[in-house]
Order: sequence, then C-alpha cells, then structure tokens
Amino acid sequence: MVRTAKKSPARKQGTTARSKPAKRASRRIVVLVATRKGAWLFHGDKQRKSWRADGPHFLGHIVNHLVLDPRDGRTLLAAAKTGHLGPTVFRSTDFGRNWKEAAKPPAFAKVPEGQKGRAVDHTFWLTPCHANEPNAWYAGTSPQGLFRSDDGGDTWEPFSIVNDDPQFRAWMGSVQDGTPDGPKLHSIIVDPRDPKHLYFAMSGGGVHETFDRGRSFTPLVKGLEVVEGFDPANIAFHDPHCVQMCPSNPDRLYQQNHCGIYRIDRPSKEWTRIGKQMPKQVGDIGFPMVLHPRDADTAWVFPMDGTTVWPRTSPDGKPAAYVTRNGGKTWQRLDSGLPKTQAWWTVKRQAMTADAQNPVGLYLGTTSGALWMSRDEGKRWTCIAQHLPEIYAVEAAEVG
Amino acid sequence: MKVLIPTPLLSYTNAREVEASGATLMELLADLDRQYPGLRFRVIDEQDKLRPHMRFFVNNEQVFDTTLALRPTDSVILVQALSGG
Repeated sequence: MVRTAKKSPARKQGTTARSKPAKRASRRIVVLVATRKGAWLFHGDKQRKSWRADGPHFLGHIVNHLVLDPRDGRTLLAAAKTGHLGPTVFRSTDFGRNWKEAAKPPAFAKVPEGQKGRAVDHTFWLTPCHANEPNAWYAGTSPQGLFRSDDGGDTWEPFSIVNDDPQFRAWMGSVQDGTPDGPKLHSIIVDPRDPKHLYFAMSGGGVHETFDRGRSFTPLVKGLEVVEGFDPANIAFHDPHCVQMCPSNPDRLYQQNHCGIYRIDRPSKEWTRIGKQMPKQVGDIGFPMVLHPRDADTAWVFPMDGTTVWPRTSPDGKPAAYVTRNGGKTWQRLDSGLPKTQAWWTVKRQAMTADAQNPVGLYLGTTSGALWMSRDEGKRWTCIAQHLPEIYAVEAAEVG
Repeated sequence: MKVLIPTPLLSYTNAREVEASGATLMELLADLDRQYPGLRFRVIDEQDKLRPHMRFFVNNEQVFDTTLALRPTDSVILVQALSGG
C-alpha cells in the first residue's frame, strides 16, 4: 500500500574528547516530529531561522518515532499505530513524499496453542544499525521486545535471545509494571567501532550490553539507584529513561534515569550519579538525555517534577533545560525564551535532540504540542510551532 | 462473500464493501490480507487474537470464535468500536 503522508546522525559518529566541527554550512536541518496524532517534518533554512511545516503525515495515527537513515539520507521509517488498529511501520525512500507499509512489522513469535504469548502493542524506538550494515535497523517495542530488519524496515524479525529468555521476561515484568502507556524497550545503541557491541535499555528492566551481536547480554546497572525500599540487585526494579553514547567518545555514556542522571566511562561497569549537583528545588528527574556531537563533557537534560505523585510537568511550572560542560560536575540553567511561569508541560524521552552544526542546535517537543529550538546550544530558545498534538519524539536530520 | 470494512481500514481496501472468501473467519482474514497486504495484522495480533475494539458480525450476529465456519452466502461486517480521545 502506498500512502502520501531518524536517529540523530550525530549520535552515531565519533572518536574522542572534543573533535573539530565538520564544515556543514551548506547542510540544512529537517526536524522530524512524531506526535500522538501524526507526524510532521519541519524544513529549516541554512541559518536555522525559518521553518516550513510538511504535514500532517498519518493524521490520527500515534507515531512514536520518525527516523531518517543517516546512511542514505533519504529513507524514513515511522513507527505508527492508531488507538485501535494494530502496530505497523511505514517506510519512505523519498523523504516522505510517498510511504509504504512494512510487509512484516515487528511481532513476537506465535506461541503454541494453550500458551499465553505476547503481542506488540506499539513499536516505540527505531535505531539504524552500524554504518557498515546498510538497510539494517533495530526496533524496540512495547511491551519490551527487540527486533531487527535487514531490508530497510520492510520485514522485521525478533532479534537475539531477549524476547523469550525466561530471565529477561522476569526482568521485564508485566504490562502493569511498566510506564503508564506500556513498558518499553528503548535506547538501542550501536557502537560505531564494532557492530557486535550493542546496548539497550528497558523501562522497566535495566540497561544491557552485548559484545556478540545479541547472542548474550549482560546487565549494566551497578551504581544506578532504584526507588526507595526496593532492592537494586533486582534488575526488574531499574528504570532507565534514556541512555545515550557520546558521539565523540563511544566509551562514555550518559543516562537520564527514573532515579537521577548518571555517567559511565567504559571499561568501568559502574555508573556515577552526576545529577546530585543539580539545584535541589529542581532535582535530577526527567526523560531526555542529549549529548554534544563533538564534546563528551557537554550534555543537556530537561528536568521534570518527579515528586509525590509524579506530576511529570516542568518543576513549579517553569520549564528549563540544564547543561553541564564538565561531565556533570556542575550544571547551568537554560531558560531564556521559554515561558517564565504557568507552563505545565514537559519533554518526553525521545522528544529532545541536537544537530551536529556549530554552534549546536537543540530541539525539543513538548507534551503540550509546541516545538522549540535553540541555535546557540540552549542560551536562547525560540518556538518553531505551536498547537501540534502531544509530541512523542523529535529528531534533527541533516540534508543537502 | 461480502465483507463490510470499517472506515479506519479503508486506506487498505479503498472500498466500504469487498468480496473475500474463506471457510472460517481466520481464512477470510487471510484472504483479505492476500488482497490487501497488511490489513490482517491491524485487526488481529501475532497470537491470533482479535485486537481490542475489533468485532465481527456474521449475518448480524456478533461472533467471537474466529474458527467459526462460514458459508459463501454469509454477510460479514468488520466493526471497529471507536473510543478514547
């Protein structure tokens, strides 16, 4: 069926501490916005000052992720479903002019008669595989499942031991143990130096790592805290919200967790909580984690109110990003241009990202349907669009 | 037999009413999927269970058993009960 309706490329590249910015003056940014009611593409000019809306694509569909393949610069995958129809993946090879549905969307193996099997509710996360594996993609689903496509997203198969392994199933818990709209497998990360080295995270179910392309996985949760009163030794109690690998140093990862902000420098196997230095009245709870494309010491978060009943709003109704320029030793508030008061929205885990330009552009989509960006690494924010549906994911793709 | 298609699936069939065949509802769905690729998985999950809010009516009677035998003269309505916001 043909219908008319990314991962940040910066996220997958990298070498060491602070690398020089590439010449990107001729490249434009397209912001890929996935929402509860469809998807939009916002085409920027070369100065990132004016934006042209292209959409809605798939109006009425719940789109959890819209990702450009950085390897060919034109293939888009969209993870979609409606409130009632089953989940699917749409593909475009002409940057969204035409869409074709996947012949075989991610689905769990059918269990024998009489057994209780799982069904994919929605595909939540899309990650292009290694640069040397063209047309290959990973997908994470709700409930937690890991899938792979080797044909550009047309057909998907369960990947690795994760989906049916009894230990993993125990760590995943039941649907009732997950986030309000379902437990999720997310933050699928491919080491740019080795396609067999992968990470992924589960909410809930911890962070996991493989060095053998998924034949075996090892939990990577030491140092992470869990909700008070629970046992951190139980992987099921770990709730990583978003894990990112530094584009400029693949041995460094940052994580926004249900219980704070963390950093790990491999080969260490222990995370360090770096969010304790955040202002006490703001705290270090949130969903997104955004990293600088060339400076492994620079990262951005967008805190939310994780107190009492977890309102999941900006703390005190005053939204702000926070940046660290020294690997988490100190943090600075970045709220210039954002509403000063009575703004009760927040930013979901896939809804904040960076481009790879210089200075770095930041982009975030809110639960109230506004799209914001900063051309100067967060010093000043401007609104690109308002009145969109609730935004689930934002990616910045470079084209041209 | 005639199958009435709900509006959320018209993007697959481009028609409110289509012809399909099958000795059971499962076979009927398989035939619909052959004609309109992708339709079946939007209606039924990988464990062969009807998705929530999906309902079949055969000759105006609601049917939950997807192995129910069908006759070529039967009329089938696929209904999607809309809810939520």
